[in-house]
Amino acid sequence: MTKLHDVIVIGSGPAGYTAAIYLARADLKPLVFEGSQLGGALMTTTEVENFPGFPEGIQGPDLMVKMREQAARFGADLRSEDVEVVDLTGDVKRVWVDGNEFHARAVVLATGSAARYLDLVDEQRLIGRGVSACATCDGFFFRNQDVAVVGGGDSAMEEATFLSRFARSVTIVHRRDTFRASAIMLDRAKADPKIRWETHAAVTGVRGDSLVEGLELTDLRTGETRELAVTGLFLAIGHDPRSQLFRDQVTVDDEGYVRTRGRTSLTDVEGVFACGDLVDHIYRQAITAAGSGCAASLDAQHYLASHGAATTDPEPELAADPVSVPV
Amino acid sequence: MAADSKTVTVTDASFADDVLLSEKPVIVDFWAAWCGPCRMVSPILEEIAGAHSDKVTIAKLDVDANPQVSQDYKILSLPTMLVFKGGKPVKQIIGAKPKAALLAEFAEYL
Repeated sequence: MTKLHDVIVIGSGPAGYTAAIYLARADLKPLVFEGSQLGGALMTTTEVENFPGFPEGIQGPDLMVKMREQAARFGADLRSEDVEVVDLTGDVKRVWVDGNEFHARAVVLATGSAARYLDLVDEQRLIGRGVSACATCDGFFFRNQDVAVVGGGDSAMEEATFLSRFARSVTIVHRRDTFRASAIMLDRAKADPKIRWETHAAVTGVRGDSLVEGLELTDLRTGETRELAVTGLFLAIGHDPRSQLFRDQVTVDDEGYVRTRGRTSLTDVEGVFACGDLVDHIYRQAITAAGSGCAASLDAQHYLASHGAATTDPEPELAADPVSVPV
Repeated sequence: MAADSKTVTVTDASFADDVLLSEKPVIVDFWAAWCGPCRMVSPILEEIAGAHSDKVTIAKLDVDANPQVSQDYKILSLPTMLVFKGGKPVKQIIGAKPKAALLAEFAEYL
């Protein structure tokens, strides 16, 4: 028989790991499916300068490794596997991973968000061949080359500033001439002599057979197109919530973000809690994700205290004598 | 990697002998210390190397220290895994994937 866990966390990153730390310290032995994008969005960043407690800054991946270790220290069962299917209805939630079925009384959703692409014909074909959503992973290969970054937010400025270490030139392509980026990030990019600016412009085509050779830019005021000769296209145009797995089971908004009740992490399904970038299209910071992961764990603990080993357990014999399935 | 690592480290200098002239197929993991997603793939490849050492060799190539091979095979993204058979690249996998997906990608060589 399948063991009935108290709680399963789906996802990692600051939200998932913080939830795991709190749940593990509460002795609820959370089972955490971290997913193949283990560590979440911070794994593809460089220096994180605004996470409290690290006055000298810390590398995004290092921060994630530390959070992961902290969760492991208190007994979280961490598995770097992707969840394939979930059934969140009823008192026993079911989760399928690599053909195996797992049961829990509560589930914390922390699957984060995925980088958005432009949806151009040749873009997907050239991913890893000049098209990239991770400057820190791929920038190294563009030494002394000309590259473009698309976007106008903090991540676009961060990517451009990072890429200018390697590249001969970095062109920021942005649809407007105003930027969402914070002043400090924008100023840093503007002060960088290698960074050029293409405003009121959109990337409307990617050229190249096996490698990126250039982009087609369209001027959004005149409709005229022109070529930009670059060998790298780095995308920083935002993220979409990774809610595909459970969109039909919990309520999501028009953009796919999971809806939560007021300031809590409660979804509209009992025993299902959501946190991090999966619910947040406003703040999207490591620290706010961590905070919401904490809230989700506390909400889950509260729920489990009233729905746990008590009378609502539909399979009390499992809870009394859990038997593991081989995984 | 630990001393009991099941993967082999290859370099620009050893690439021809260790990979191109290998009798077994070789899966080369192009990685770097600064690549976050590489850290996720690494332990999975160790497990696969341990379980399938009779059929396939898994080699690690640090692109920072070995720019020549990375350039020869036009590596533009990390992690990238290239499968070599008979001295030729026969399969390319770009980006981190979970173990089940990697096993499926490598199935015909394991």
